[in-house]
Amino acid sequence: MTGTKSNLEHLRLHIPEPKFRPGDEADFSDIAIPEVDAITRPDETSVPADIRALAYGLVRVLDDDHQAKGSWNPGLDAEQLRLMLRNMMLTRAFDDRMFRAQRQGKTSFYMKSTGEEATSVATAMALAGDDMCFPSYRQQGILITRGYPLVKMMNQIYSNRQDHLKGRQLPIMYSAPEHSFFTISGNLATQYPQAVGWAMASASRGDTRISAVWCGEGSTAEGDFHSAMTFAAVYNAPVIMQVVNNQWAISSFSGIAGGERTTFAARGLGYGIASLRVDGNDPLAVYAAMRWAADRARTNNGPTFIEYFTYRAEGHSTSDDPAAYRAAKEFEKWPLGDPVDRLKKHLIGLGEWSEEQHQALHEELAEFVKKSQKEAEANGILGHGMHQPFETMFEDVFEEMPWHLKEQCAQMIEEQHRKFGPEWEPK
Amino acid sequence: MMSETKTMNMIEAINNALDIMLERDRDVVLMGEDIGYFGGVFRATAGLQKKYGKTRVFDTPISECGIIGAGVGMAAYGLRPVPEIQFADYIYPGLDQLVSEAARLRYRSAGDFICPMTVRSPFGGGIFGGQTHSQSPESLFTHVCGIKTVVPSNPYDAKGLLIAAIEDNDPVIFFEPKRIYNGPFSGYYDRPVEPWSKHAASAVPEGYYRIELGKAGIVREGEALTILTYGTMVHVVQTVVAEMGIDAEIVDLRTLLPLDVETIEESVKKTGRCLVVHEATRTSGFGAELAALVQERCFYHLEAAVERVTGFDTPYPHSLEWAYFPGPVRISSAIEKIMKD
Repeated sequence: MTGTKSNLEHLRLHIPEPKFRPGDEADFSDIAIPEVDAITRPDETSVPADIRALAYGLVRVLDDDHQAKGSWNPGLDAEQLRLMLRNMMLTRAFDDRMFRAQRQGKTSFYMKSTGEEATSVATAMALAGDDMCFPSYRQQGILITRGYPLVKMMNQIYSNRQDHLKGRQLPIMYSAPEHSFFTISGNLATQYPQAVGWAMASASRGDTRISAVWCGEGSTAEGDFHSAMTFAAVYNAPVIMQVVNNQWAISSFSGIAGGERTTFAARGLGYGIASLRVDGNDPLAVYAAMRWAADRARTNNGPTFIEYFTYRAEGHSTSDDPAAYRAAKEFEKWPLGDPVDRLKKHLIGLGEWSEEQHQALHEELAEFVKKSQKEAEANGILGHGMHQPFETMFEDVFEEMPWHLKEQCAQMIEEQHRKFGPEWEPK
Repeated sequence: MMSETKTMNMIEAINNALDIMLERDRDVVLMGEDIGYFGGVFRATAGLQKKYGKTRVFDTPISECGIIGAGVGMAAYGLRPVPEIQFADYIYPGLDQLVSEAARLRYRSAGDFICPMTVRSPFGGGIFGGQTHSQSPESLFTHVCGIKTVVPSNPYDAKGLLIAAIEDNDPVIFFEPKRIYNGPFSGYYDRPVEPWSKHAASAVPEGYYRIELGKAGIVREGEALTILTYGTMVHVVQTVVAEMGIDAEIVDLRTLLPLDVETIEESVKKTGRCLVVHEATRTSGFGAELAALVQERCFYHLEAAVERVTGFDTPYPHSLEWAYFPGPVRISSAIEKIMKD
C-alpha cells in the first residue's frame, strides 16, 4: 500500500555512509580546522546563550608549528608539560604491552586508547585529584595520571589472584574509589546520568568537588545521554560532560551517530548547556577546555559539555580488525596529528626537551611497564589456576549473603570436590 | 528433502535464513549496530547489505531503545523489521519499547496495529565475556504477555525457526546462543571445539523451510527420565547422558513461548521423572515455570521431585565462569539425585 499523492516525488531513506572504506585512499582535506583563537576564550561566568559559537568552532592552543598561542593557552610550565607527556607516553606503552598480552593468550580482551591519550591525561591533570570521574572504557589515562599502580591495573586485566575486583569483570573495567574513579560498566552511556547525580549530591551537600564524565560519540545516541543532559541543565549541576569523538564506534562512522548534520558539541546547545568543541589531539587545548569547564562548575556557573575531536588510531578492541571496515592509514593522514608527537615537538621548540630525552623516556617507560607486567604475572594470568577463591563468586551480590546463595555456594564447592577429588579445598 | 543441503554453522544458517527472507519478502528489513557494511560483530549479516542495498540492511545509532522503537514504527507501516541487538546484555534500554509497546500493540488496539518484528540477539556465556556479554535474560521476555521467545540449538533449527519467526505476525525475540555459533559445546571447556560439520544438524537445506514456533524437538528418546532444555545446554546434556549411559529422553524446547506443553506432558508421563536444565540464573528463571507446569499436569505420574540445573544467582563472573556454568558435574549430580528417589 502506498499513499494517494502519487504525483509527488518519491520519498527516499537516507543512510549515512563514510567517505572512505577499505581500498579507498583517505583524504581529510575537507575537514575545516580554524586558526588558533578563531574564537577567543570567554569568561568562565559567561551564559551559554552568549557563547554558542564555541560549539561549532575548535578550541586550539598548539598551532601548526607546535607553538602555544592565544587566549586559551593555559600557560603550563615546562615541568607540567613534561609530566603530561610522560603520562601520555606511559598510557601508550601500557596499551601496547597489554594488547600484546591479550594476543599471547594471557587474557580475554583489551582496548587501547592510542591517539586519544590527551582526552584522559590532560583532562585528569586539569581536575582536582578528588573530583569524581565517571569514565567509559577508554580512559585508562586518568588512572595512570592519578598514579594508580600499573600492577593493580594489570592484575585486573589478568583477573588473577590479586585482582581487587575478584576476577568478576571483563579486562579494563577498573574501579578505583580512592582515586575518585567510578566502576566502569560495559553498557554504554549509563555513567552519564550517574555523574550528574553525583554532582547534584555534591551541590546539595555544599561540597567543593565536581564530577566529570566521558563517553564516545556513538554512545550519545543512547537515551541515558539525553536524560543526563536534561538533568544537568535543570539542576545546574557541577558536572563536565565530555564526548570523545574518535570518529568510529566499532565499524560505524560518526555519521551513524548523527555527526553528518552538526557537531556533537552542538547537542549541548538545545539543553542550554555551555558547549565547547575542542581539538582532542592538542593536549593543551584539552587541558584548557577542561580547566575552563571545571572553573565554571566549581563557581556554580553550571555544567559544561565538551566534544573532543580526535581519532581512534586502533581497533575498537582486540575483538575487531579495523582493516575490514575502514581505509588504511587514516590515522597517519588525520589532520590533527598525534597528541604525543605534538606535545613532544612543542617541548622541543621551547628548548625543554630533545629527541634523545624522548627516546630515553620511551625506553624507560617500556621497561617500567615490562617490569610491572612481570610482577603482575607472578599473581597469575587468566585461565591458569591462580584465580580468586571460587567462593568469592557469591560474595557482594548483597551485603549479607541470603540463604539461596549460601546453598549455591555449598553446591559449587561440592562440584569442585567431584571434579578435583575429595582433597580439594576452597582456597 | 526440500532442496539440496549444505554444511552450515549457526552463523551461516542464520545468515542464510535472513538472505532467503530478504529475497522473498521486500517488507523484510534488517537493522542494528555494525550489521551493514561490517556484517555484524558475529558476521550474521555478512554480505547482505551488498546484496539487498543500504535501505534494507543498515547500521543504526547505538540506541537499543531507538532500534526497537523504530522497529515498532516500521511494523506499523507494514514492514517486517528484523533488528539485531548486538548482545542480549544490551537489550535493557529497549525494554520499554518491547514490553510496553511491541508486546501490547495488538491487544491495546484490538488488532488495529500489529508488530511483526523479530528481534535477534546473541545470548549466553562460555566465551569469557564477563557480566556484560554473557547473560541469558529469556525469562524476562516469557514473563511479558505478547512476545514469543525462541532459542535454537543447532544450524538446521536456527534457520527454520528464524524463517518462521520472521513470518510470524507477532513480535518474537530470537536468542542465539553465541557459544554454539561455531560448533556444539560438550560442556568441557578444556577440550577442543568440535565444528558443526561433524554434527548432523549442520546439514541445512539451501532453500526455504520453516520449523513451526511452539513445537519442541526430541533430541533423544528414552524411558528413564525427561530432560527439558534448550540452546547451548542441549549439547551439554547430550554429552552427560552419553557419559552416564542413562536412557534419558532429551527435549529441546526450541520455543519457550508458546511452549509445546503436549510434548512435555507426554514425555514426563512416560518417564515419571523430570530435570530442567538452563544456563540462566535459577530464581524466577524459566525452569521455575517448567517445574510448575510439570507438577500441575503430571503430578500423579511423577516418581521424584522435578529438579532444576541452572546458572547460579550471581552476575556472570569473568574468570570463574566455568565454576559458574551449569556443566557436566552439576547435571550428572542432578540426574543421580532424581534417579535415586
